[in-house]
Amino acid sequence: MTAREIVIDPVTRVEGHGKITIQLDEKGKVSNARFHVTQFRGFEKFCEGRLFWEMPSIMPRICGICSISHGLASAKACDAILGVEIPDTARKLRELLQAGELIQSHALHFFYLASPDLLLGMDADPKDRNVFRIIDERPELAKMGIGLRRFGQTIFERLSGARIHIDYPIPGGVSGSLSAKDRDFLVAEAKQQLKAAVTGLELARNYIEKGGREVEGFSKFRSMYMGLVGDGGNLEVYDGRLRLKSADGKILEEVPSEQYASIINEGVEGWSYLKFPYYSKQAFPDGMYRVGPLGRLNVCDGIDTPLAKGAAKEFKAAGGNRPVHSTMFYHWARMIELVHFMEKAQQILEDPSICSTDIVRSSQPRNTEGIGVTEAPRGTLIHHYHTNERGVITRVNLIVATGHNNLAMNRSVMEVARQYIDGGQLSEGVLNKFEAAIRCYDPCLSCSTHAVGRMPLTVDVLSPSGKLVQTYSR
Amino acid sequence: MNKVKIATAWLSGCSGCHMSFLNIDEALVDLAGKVEFVRSPIVDSKEFKPCDVAIVEGTVSDTDNLETLKSLRANCKILVALGDCAVFGGMTSFRNLFDPEDVLRRGYVETETTKDGAVPTDLHVPRLLEQATPLSAHVQVDYSIPGCPPHPESILHVVTSLLEGKDPRLPRELLHFDSRIKVRSDAK
Repeated sequence: MTAREIVIDPVTRVEGHGKITIQLDEKGKVSNARFHVTQFRGFEKFCEGRLFWEMPSIMPRICGICSISHGLASAKACDAILGVEIPDTARKLRELLQAGELIQSHALHFFYLASPDLLLGMDADPKDRNVFRIIDERPELAKMGIGLRRFGQTIFERLSGARIHIDYPIPGGVSGSLSAKDRDFLVAEAKQQLKAAVTGLELARNYIEKGGREVEGFSKFRSMYMGLVGDGGNLEVYDGRLRLKSADGKILEEVPSEQYASIINEGVEGWSYLKFPYYSKQAFPDGMYRVGPLGRLNVCDGIDTPLAKGAAKEFKAAGGNRPVHSTMFYHWARMIELVHFMEKAQQILEDPSICSTDIVRSSQPRNTEGIGVTEAPRGTLIHHYHTNERGVITRVNLIVATGHNNLAMNRSVMEVARQYIDGGQLSEGVLNKFEAAIRCYDPCLSCSTHAVGRMPLTVDVLSPSGKLVQTYSR
Repeated sequence: MNKVKIATAWLSGCSGCHMSFLNIDEALVDLAGKVEFVRSPIVDSKEFKPCDVAIVEGTVSDTDNLETLKSLRANCKILVALGDCAVFGGMTSFRNLFDPEDVLRRGYVETETTKDGAVPTDLHVPRLLEQATPLSAHVQVDYSIPGCPPHPESILHVVTSLLEGKDPRLPRELLHFDSRIKVRSDAK
């Protein structure tokens, strides 16, 4: 047998398009496995020459799933250019918006996308592993997912009038106040939907418990973890210090988020349009770290809302109070966060000053540089702008959440390839396992791929010269 | 009853239009009984099976996008452009003001945190086209749903009209600049 290459195209969608290739050696053993991202749009260039005021409207168009997060990171960077402290109520409304973002995104991922794998099994026929099958078999669950997702988006809608690409966070604050009527409506909904979130958490935890070693050990590997932490080291997503922990749980770095560039560099590989951030004090690609729900749960000391607090303790105990390295535990961590943000949304809504109309501080720009760092559903999101003295953008640097996990997703693909491909033989089950490994990270758009139908996979087997030898598809 | 076959694809864009499609919420359950999604959304495999309706989001910005669009057009009866990128070029076409080489160099070489970067050129990543263009620059488009993103009601209106064999023209109240609806004025 000669060396050859297997291409799985398309596998899933990350901020665009992706595929997997597997390089086999002469003996049919896996020599390399790669996850390619094949879309590029150029936001870092085409924003040059535009006024910074426009950024919170342009940047959400980076991603239709986490558009709110891009709007928030962008508005924070613009606050810094203005040189203003936004009013307290504006900050709370932004935090409410962000709670809604995490709720809708986590609900979409867990109930629409991951639940078919978790409930029907990774080896189920791909024709059946989709949300429509869940609608047939477990309609109450499907409705919970739809309800939770809609609750998150209702927050956006009540604040801004829209559900995607809202023009609500603006430089210096937010563009509208919350009416008492809308607040009362949202509080009632939050109380109602909390039960669904708790059911999701129970489902995820039971799945992990019942799955035993097979689930625990699936595509597991040690890595560092990164995320924001707030006062007392608690989980924080809107504004905090950037903490990086070693695989053994030692705090390697904890810096104000504006100093992100002192700990992160990005590598580039010719075979992917998604860059590879890494810890700058280690060499590329050794400085791999993971972000997102697993990263946040691993770096924080705890969570400060009642139900999620206990759940986080239980999660940490499962890892012996050291970082949890099981890739499948992303699902568990994601559901703990879902419960936390349901609780947090209610807390914010019940704040006596939440309906205040003091929601924006305006000014002419005082600075020519602004950095906005926040936690998007999939991990740390960084927007960094430079302007001239008139507020015209001269340079933009963006590090998006899915990017931080690029090295780790490639590592996960490699783990699956090594574990399940032997002698160059591919079974349907192996294709499912690639999907399942990547899906743990919830790279943008993997969700919608699965939500309305099945994820089609085509596997091309190529000779070393690139000639097509065989195609597997479903 | 034979189900109507629908394919959806995502070219260069943000997926917000597909998300807006999912925002029909419970109507998704009814729709599932009437249609078969022969390709999941967001998936732009280069080969498409024959289908009744193809719904396409995003601009044509790279060589993969162009191949996908042509294959879809050849295999569908009705092609619908979904959202501003597909209809007009949208925000994705902002890059047309710059040379593609400069756009790529900023992303992969010049950004402050990038170390030892070079523009990806491997055969596994597609080449950028000179310009990012709407679907109509390349193929015949039968219907267009504007909006960034289009409102879920607009998408549902077009899809159900097509299923019922009716004219899918959007009523006046569903045509607006952005995806806002009346909820704002009702609530405040």
